Amino acid sequence: MEYFVQQLINGITLGSIYGLIAIGYTMVYGIIGMINFAHGDIFMVGAFLALIAFLVAVAAGVSSVPLALFIVLLVSMALTALYGWTVERIAYRPLRQSFRLAPLISAIGMSIVLENYVQVAQGARVKPLPPLVHGGYTLFEGNDFAVRLSNIQIIVVITTIALMAGFSFVVARTRLGRNMRACEQDMKMAALVGIDVDRTISLTFVIGAALAAVAGLMFLLYYGVVDFFIGFLAGVKAFTAAVLGGIGSLPGAMIGGILIGLIETMWSAYFSIEYKDVAAFGILIIVLIFLPTGLLGRPEVEKV
Amino acid sequence: MTAPGQPLLALRGVKAYYGNVAALKGVDVEIREGEIVALIGANGAGKSTLMMTVFGAPRAREGEIRFAGRDITALPTHEIAKLRIAQSPEGRRIFPRMTVLENLQIGGTVSDAADLSADLDRVFTLFPRLRDRQHQRGGTLSGGEQQMLAIGRALMARPRLILLDEPSLGLAPLLVQQIFAAIRTLNEQDKLTVFLVEQNAHHALKLAHRGYVIVNGEISMQGSGRELLQRPEIRAAYLEGGVR
Repeated sequence: MEYFVQQLINGITLGSIYGLIAIGYTMVYGIIGMINFAHGDIFMVGAFLALIAFLVAVAAGVSSVPLALFIVLLVSMALTALYGWTVERIAYRPLRQSFRLAPLISAIGMSIVLENYVQVAQGARVKPLPPLVHGGYTLFEGNDFAVRLSNIQIIVVITTIALMAGFSFVVARTRLGRNMRACEQDMKMAALVGIDVDRTISLTFVIGAALAAVAGLMFLLYYGVVDFFIGFLAGVKAFTAAVLGGIGSLPGAMIGGILIGLIETMWSAYFSIEYKDVAAFGILIIVLIFLPTGLLGRPEVEKV
Repeated sequence: MTAPGQPLLALRGVKAYYGNVAALKGVDVEIREGEIVALIGANGAGKSTLMMTVFGAPRAREGEIRFAGRDITALPTHEIAKLRIAQSPEGRRIFPRMTVLENLQIGGTVSDAADLSADLDRVFTLFPRLRDRQHQRGGTLSGGEQQMLAIGRALMARPRLILLDEPSLGLAPLLVQQIFAAIRTLNEQDKLTVFLVEQNAHHALKLAHRGYVIVNGEISMQGSGRELLQRPEIRAAYLEGGVR
């Protein structure tokens, strides 16, 4: 029982990170109907930018951890957003009138470019960050097993919930969100009423990338290490989460993320840690076969 | 304001293509401020293309489109909308997963946020049904309600010129009369300039001050609404035996 609760906590934390990345997949898919295969690497870039920002902050003499965290959060979000914007400008916008497969291929190209760029610029070795957030709480003890909730887990989950709430509000209630939904539902009509469609799509990539940067920072804090290749696996899992939740659905991305995090953690805990990725991708295959619209997705209806 | 005698919207020698297929083969159309102008023609004659070409989708490959004297031929679609040309397009294109209210708010994208409630009121007065259904999703409305919403959404832009593509399509005769009465009111009371595409030639020509007939991507006839209604070739082609 104690062991199970501990895995539950770990799984939700991991799932929150997947969920934050999955939002970027689901939003871009919602608006242009395509998977942004470079998104996982945007997450990786976000983690690296966070690491660099930490080192700069420390060198600049910022000694308070909360302040440093806050600065790093803002800096990595802003810079990663710039990467997201650039990916859209280079890999998507010029190909929007092209055949459907073309932007997918160019996005995979962007993904390879980003990975190799970081590998060349930062080296292939794993980069550590000394643990910054210490401590935690022991929830309860029993059967020689203490269930612990660490401060970093609290930070990850609360940040995720806050961002989810804020972002859902933006989509549901603000002008920008309304414009995004309009572009998603009928791009041509959106332009006819005076919405700048190109700008709205750019902003979607920018917001997705900023959220991925938060996920990158959380990953960095939680695991304490990054390398140029973390974007691939995390990206594919977040993509799985988005598909499981129903691609295009915002709450779906979050629920899918948490579920994938839980499945992976539980599988590692009770079956075999070597095969945790197999469990996650097995889910992807099963969902695609039996529930192609995901948990909260809406069936694709041919427009009349 | 447009200078006296200058048309509000003018298309000169406009050619547009879908791929390599010519949809408009050199069209000249003029609409003056305060007019209702009808464009009639058979299926596939290029009526809707003409309306969309005004917005640059598809873009005119040759010729020139001017609005209030300004060349808008190469302007991005959303910039054209900002000049306060609004369209209720073919197929209505309601945003299906947005509420009626949100659809109308979207229609006011180019308007001042401060005018929103007054503009909403104006649309709701014109189409009271929309007020009752304001929290319902656009996709769940009936055809007639969707048509009202499409027109209402266009009106939210406070347009100087409104383009209406087949506002009577698929509607019951009583609803058609309602919609046409609304268009007349908007024109007479609010001095709204209307450019109307219709297959329902009889209604449209009775309502319009002037009309154009488009055949196979070319304007084949023009004249006052009454004049066109009398023409035997129009009677034969678009009125008798055709759509009543």
